[in-house]
Amino acid sequence: MTTMLYTSDHEWLAIDGDVATVGITDYAQQQLGDVVFVELPKLGRVLKKAEAAAVVESVKAASDVYAPISGEVLATNPELAAEPALVNSDAQGKAWFFKIKIAEKSELGGLMDEAAYKAHTA
Amino acid sequence: MLAPDDQKSLKRTPLYDLHVSLGGKMVPFAGYDMPVQYPAGVLKEHLHTRASAGLFDVSHMGQLRLRPKSGKVEDAARALERLVPQDIVAIAPGRQRYAQFTNEDGGILDDLMVANFGDHLFLVVNAACKDADEAHLRANLADACEIESLAGRALIALQGPKAEMALAKICAAAPAMKFMDAGSHEVAGLACFVSRSGYTGEDGFEISVPAEDAERLAKMLLENLDVMPIGLGARDSLRLEAGLCLYGHDIDTTTTPVEAALEWSVQKSRRTGGARAGGFPGAEKILAHFEHGASRRRIGLRPEGRAPVREGALLFADTVTGEPVGKVTSGGFGPSLNAPVAMGYVPAALSALGTKLFGEVRGQRLPLTVAAMPFVKNTYKR
Repeated sequence: MTTMLYTSDHEWLAIDGDVATVGITDYAQQQLGDVVFVELPKLGRVLKKAEAAAVVESVKAASDVYAPISGEVLATNPELAAEPALVNSDAQGKAWFFKIKIAEKSELGGLMDEAAYKAHTA
Repeated sequence: MLAPDDQKSLKRTPLYDLHVSLGGKMVPFAGYDMPVQYPAGVLKEHLHTRASAGLFDVSHMGQLRLRPKSGKVEDAARALERLVPQDIVAIAPGRQRYAQFTNEDGGILDDLMVANFGDHLFLVVNAACKDADEAHLRANLADACEIESLAGRALIALQGPKAEMALAKICAAAPAMKFMDAGSHEVAGLACFVSRSGYTGEDGFEISVPAEDAERLAKMLLENLDVMPIGLGARDSLRLEAGLCLYGHDIDTTTTPVEAALEWSVQKSRRTGGARAGGFPGAEKILAHFEHGASRRRIGLRPEGRAPVREGALLFADTVTGEPVGKVTSGGFGPSLNAPVAMGYVPAALSALGTKLFGEVRGQRLPLTVAAMPFVKNTYKR
């Protein structure tokens, strides 16, 4: 069963066992506007929590996507690299950025559930 | 982000309420609270302008009138030639020309449009420079001209292939105008100044209208389904694709018109050997640049991949050498090209079309090529 968690930087995590799938929230894509380029982390890269892991660029500006938790990058989304506009059309579905092997389960405790995230963006 | 105090001190154009009612996302720009985009978003707004017509609020820009004390517009033109390297005298009544205020070092204080309205000159200058420009004019032209700031007027740009059709419905004079024609015309019965020009590379118009009538005029134009409101975001991507300079970024007090690849804007009459050669601030340096070339030059750049190479990115001649050879001054994504585009300065020796360079983005040197501008063919009605 998948659990959804969120960060205050507007990333979502779908937790499935010891793997987290990471993307940016619908709220974040609305703020960014039309996404024209996405840079994804290299496979096998070991990310530390809060370090810049990916980049999402709109016509106007570039924004970092931070690693919400520590761990190794297991997969990145080839469809997203080919079609960055997926972020606008399906931010919390097809437009996942990368999958990460959860290094420290305890880091999940600092993340928000859906209700808390909704309150955060209200 | 601005502190609340700064937000409060932002000025509003006469179209502020309209922007908010249209769902404009308001941001601070040159001291004004301006729409960066509307709900359609930068991409759609950009593409709509190239395919149909876009309406832009550029009321933050400065509008000035130079009235000759002698009553002869040629005297105002001669006086203005003290401050710009352009031939102002040769601007025929009803015509407009692109110009730059230069400084003693040959740098650019601002770029502007100058129109001959028959008995006076009409100037449009950049928002961020307008107070300094007015002071500059008063300090240097007061002997020959009455200088009047037209702060009570709004400025609306209508740009794109359907701009003529949209404006023709309420301005009978519009269809007969050619690129860079300018004059007083009635638009919807209002006393407007209309020029056939703009900042997108598209055919289009700029309409100066009394502030109190601006919203009514804008709404009238927006009633046309071909016309969509366009924010500053798309204004920037449109002008970048058109290869047009943004003051304070691509040109400033450290760049001469020659370095900025604006030679075309300096007429022969003001160059060495011309009828009124020199006589503008920084003439010595600028004319020397004409004669011997400048050591650096503004160029267009096309990155190879899809990653935008943005303003401030350092440019390198290869992937290993330590020292940068130049810098990107404007860069982003060109929606009409569906590819990134940029402009910047490099040494003259590296400015030839086709030269391979590298732009540093997040620590990586991405390949890019010196390319001709405009990146998108302009559609001016000559």
